[in-house]
Amino acid sequence: MERVTNITVSGLGGQGVLKVTDILAEVLFRTGFDVKKSEVHGMSQRGGSVSSEVRFGSDVASPMVPEGESDFLVVLDPTQIEVNLHKLKRGGVLIITDDVPTAKLKSPKMLNIMMLGALSAKFPNIGEELWLTVLKDLLPEKFYEMNVEMFRLGRQQ
Amino acid sequence: MSQKLLASGNEAMAMAALDCGVHLGVGYPGTPSSEILETFSEIGGCAQWAPNEKCALEVGIGVAFANGRSLVTMKHVGLNVAADPFFTIAYSGTPGGLVVVSADDPGMASSQNEQDNRRYAIAAGVPMLEPADSQECYDFLIRAFEISEKFRRPVLFRVTTRICHSKCVLARRSKSDLRATHFDKDPQSNVMIPAFARIAHRKLRTALHELEGLNEKGEFTKTIRKSNDLGVITSGISFQHVRDAAPDASILKIGMTYPLPLKTARHFAESVKRCVVVEEGDPVLEDALKAAGIKVEGKAEMFRFGELNVKRVSKLLADDLTPETPPAPGKPPQLCVGCPHRKAYEVLRDMNCIVSGDIGCYTLGVLPPLSAVDTCVCMGASITVGLGMRKVLPEIQARRIVSVIGDSTFMHTGINGIVEMVYNRPATGHVVLILDNSTTAMTGLQEHPGTGRFLDHTSCPTPVSIENTVRGIGVDNVDVIDAVLDTDKFTELLKQRLASNDTSVIICRRPCILAAVKIKSYEENK
Repeated sequence: MERVTNITVSGLGGQGVLKVTDILAEVLFRTGFDVKKSEVHGMSQRGGSVSSEVRFGSDVASPMVPEGESDFLVVLDPTQIEVNLHKLKRGGVLIITDDVPTAKLKSPKMLNIMMLGALSAKFPNIGEELWLTVLKDLLPEKFYEMNVEMFRLGRQQ
Repeated sequence: MSQKLLASGNEAMAMAALDCGVHLGVGYPGTPSSEILETFSEIGGCAQWAPNEKCALEVGIGVAFANGRSLVTMKHVGLNVAADPFFTIAYSGTPGGLVVVSADDPGMASSQNEQDNRRYAIAAGVPMLEPADSQECYDFLIRAFEISEKFRRPVLFRVTTRICHSKCVLARRSKSDLRATHFDKDPQSNVMIPAFARIAHRKLRTALHELEGLNEKGEFTKTIRKSNDLGVITSGISFQHVRDAAPDASILKIGMTYPLPLKTARHFAESVKRCVVVEEGDPVLEDALKAAGIKVEGKAEMFRFGELNVKRVSKLLADDLTPETPPAPGKPPQLCVGCPHRKAYEVLRDMNCIVSGDIGCYTLGVLPPLSAVDTCVCMGASITVGLGMRKVLPEIQARRIVSVIGDSTFMHTGINGIVEMVYNRPATGHVVLILDNSTTAMTGLQEHPGTGRFLDHTSCPTPVSIENTVRGIGVDNVDVIDAVLDTDKFTELLKQRLASNDTSVIICRRPCILAAVKIKSYEENK
């Protein structure tokens, strides 16, 4: 079995963690990979910790990233770094809010898209066009332009 | 030509239901099952929320008696509520396809227990399918309806949190039309009086033998042949973890886990030096295989708790019994800032009430700083458990007891508790607080009979009034108040009611802050 790449996105309920992995999984699926995405719903709207995981490769078995094997860990809230750090693989890539120009955020609700932009830059083989197409397909149309701006700010960082 | 897409297990079940001509989807919301019917409705299926799972299953049975196909969905604890019709429809069966989805929650991401509903299939004698990904959710559900009709049996479709909510690649097939429904008189099959039920029970056991034969043909099993040293027998999501944890092991993955393909399992177990059963929750497969004299190893007790994952399966297979480190504690969920329940709980806490609680967002009132909930068992239990305590506690404590229940939970099984209160009233009377936030908030803002809207949020012309219901049952005092706006008035009222020997219901009405915006938009789109 070929190696599977693991991505974990963590944050707090209401930050749009699940939306990030929805977009990410869709992009990877349209790129032609086998993709699985997993998370726990239910209590997430109540402001508690939320994590969502995406795995991709030629053949993905478990939808859950094995502990300590995340190649990428994206954390949307500074308070959630420490509790999630054990998920990151040794030598894996950590993306936190300090890595993106949060001062330029039009709304705190768009932090997730800016962070997704930063993550997207780690996959040079996937062109910006596909990301933007999926943003268009999966996000409300009226915020599309603003989301693209936030995505690009994160991506250029 | 099949269409490929990314879909969660819940979405895959909804698509399968639409594509195989399900006439009606009915259920009660509950994590992780809620999105099945919501999606089914969104993509064009006919779906409705019942007040509780027993009603849902009975409506579904009616559809199937009329030769229609019905999909009944619920979370694991919901099947406890629906167990009465479930056990008897197992005897009679229905001419139309009847599939009951039980969404179990090992690890209790959002539940009060982690019961393993595979036991229900065995106890009731209902064939059971366990998909291992979204594709199997889709393929197996369509087959479940065919099997249900061919064998005249309801089918239990057992899924778990990670199957329901994980997205994976799904190939969808073409859609078939709804067939015409009709009712054929057949009392010997459809009326379970003892004389007919005795015959029906024999028919059920014969059908289960036939189903075992079908299962042995291998349609629902997947065998991966690798090492002869280690073989694993598994089902559901555990199969996926095993593939990662033991890439060199031979695997027998069973899709129909009741009745089991025992010959296939025996043959597999004998073909390897060591055969281990890997399953989440109770040792259901292990016990059945061992009882049949098949030489397999089970798992250590420590793996009975919580979800399995790749790391835990590796440990399980290695007989590694070293204690597991608990996951880092994240931020626990809590009542939203601005949640109307908070105010009611602050009053209860400050008045030092003993709160008999119930299932919903408001169960979170147990956590600090509110720390206001004292008991919580199951849906609807707040009222009746409170009544039991009132009956036996000394008066000074009995007078402090308040039952707290939400609007959706009241519709679910709270009404029966009000009947009990009026019938067997305690000497000190009783006080029930209905926190009416106009939605089923915890499971994701679903409608219920009292909201005035159907599952798809369109207007329902005949909403069930909570106040009229409790008045009609015969409660002495019924008040409706907004505890956020009129906190002092609410506090005073509660004091009065607790001091009296009356039966009282106080409805604290104020919409959930998450639902308020949505409710406004539904009303504008009327």
